[in-house]
Amino acid sequence: MTSVSVIDELKKIQILELLEQGKRIDGRAFDEPRKLVIETNAIPHANGSARVRLGDTEVICGVKIQPDRPFPDTGDKGLFICTAELLPLSHPTVETGPPQPHVIELARVVDRGIRESHMVDVSQLVIEKDKSVIGVFADNVVVDYDGNLFDACSYASTAALLTSKTPKWNWVDDKPQLVEGGETALPISTIPVSITMGRIGNHIIVDPNGDEWDSMDARITITTDSDGNICALQKGGSDGFTQDQINQCGEISVRAGAKIREILKEAQKGSQ
Amino acid sequence: MGGRDATMVLLDENGIRCDGRKVDEPRRIMIRAGGLKNADGSAYIEFGNNKILVGVFGPRDVHPKHMSNTDTGILRVRYHMEPFSVTERKNPAPSRREIEISKVIKEALEPAVMLEKFPRTAVDVFIEVLQADGGTRCAALTAASVALADAGIPMRDMVAAIAAGKVADTIVLDVNNEEDQAGQADMPIGYMPSLEKITLLQLDGVLTPEEYKKCVDVGVQGCKIVYELQKKALTDKYFGKGGD
Repeated sequence: MTSVSVIDELKKIQILELLEQGKRIDGRAFDEPRKLVIETNAIPHANGSARVRLGDTEVICGVKIQPDRPFPDTGDKGLFICTAELLPLSHPTVETGPPQPHVIELARVVDRGIRESHMVDVSQLVIEKDKSVIGVFADNVVVDYDGNLFDACSYASTAALLTSKTPKWNWVDDKPQLVEGGETALPISTIPVSITMGRIGNHIIVDPNGDEWDSMDARITITTDSDGNICALQKGGSDGFTQDQINQCGEISVRAGAKIREILKEAQKGSQ
Repeated sequence: MGGRDATMVLLDENGIRCDGRKVDEPRRIMIRAGGLKNADGSAYIEFGNNKILVGVFGPRDVHPKHMSNTDTGILRVRYHMEPFSVTERKNPAPSRREIEISKVIKEALEPAVMLEKFPRTAVDVFIEVLQADGGTRCAALTAASVALADAGIPMRDMVAAIAAGKVADTIVLDVNNEEDQAGQADMPIGYMPSLEKITLLQLDGVLTPEEYKKCVDVGVQGCKIVYELQKKALTDKYFGKGGD
């Protein structure tokens, strides 16, 4: 991440030289994400959860669902909030304390991708209009770091939401009352998939691993929905993209996203 | 979301938007280079009803020292909104949104600034949003580029920025606040016209792959309009009012 040794510098040169020959350092194709392994219901105390490994990056997402007050201007909608945190055990450079800008960006980009796809239909999460709604909180913790936390957290959140069961509350005596045995699946309208790509030189690579992440000139995260539309995007890193590259990244995100979506659907089926 | 006027027509049958603009027409843009006495470089922009002031200091010593880099200078950006800049008073402490925008603007400017010429130093960019009306990050980035140029800091190009978006199923340039609240997609773009490089790009809202490409293109064309106004602001300051 931040520490730079001579070996790190040599590795960067190595990565670029390999890319010039059409190869990646771990042997993947340029548009090939790492192996995605999803374990759902990993945390039974949560209303939904997933433990996701994307290569050697590992994230656990737990979804908690509970009654909450609506925002004053959206009394007819439930809440959906997604967070992300890097745990100190995930990498030697991670420190405790208030979140760094890159962690804030991570949480906001993961949240935006899922929110803008309208995956969770919040209009169905109202207990009593303007008074009480259902809040859905998807909290991600990174437990092992090897690059591309954006996609790992996004897949963990999506898998956890797909397998979440929401309790039911009735509005009784001006407060929400839990209905025993009223659990149902969350209202889901689409499956968003985030695809993060790095640019190294003139090469665009999907799902950069930790070494590639440190060598990137710029990165872009594009989220697509089940209809193959693009619903959120974030460019990052200290350099730019040409317009052609941006268009190319859009196409890759739709194509690569469709394959990941199948893995997420399998994980959902497997938990039922 | 919310607070929207359901009766507002976003795009009428003649292709005119809620504030009277055509689909490919930006809001009124006024950029002034300089203006602050103490800053090494500064700029003020009015972009529609956005009013933003930017001051630049540096290259100068880095405090705290451990942040300095022996190979290159560093760029630090603070994007900050005044409590009175929005309808409901904003807490003056930096929000998560402001921290993210600061980072995104920093990364959009870094490719433009020749920081490697000033190792162990910092260039500080302070962005103060005095009044916000949708599209502040683009207006702020545009003004920050002018302020950096005004500070005499060597640059490869200036970054011009504007948002494209989707309103009433149509791709439009420069999404205003009403359109952002009620519209379907908002895509802020920062672009270096001479180097043909996109350095800021975000999107929220749903676009088909075709609309996505069109949106990027509309935004890039819009940045070229903004770029001319940036150059004019600097020309006006340094070469009198004659430059155009």
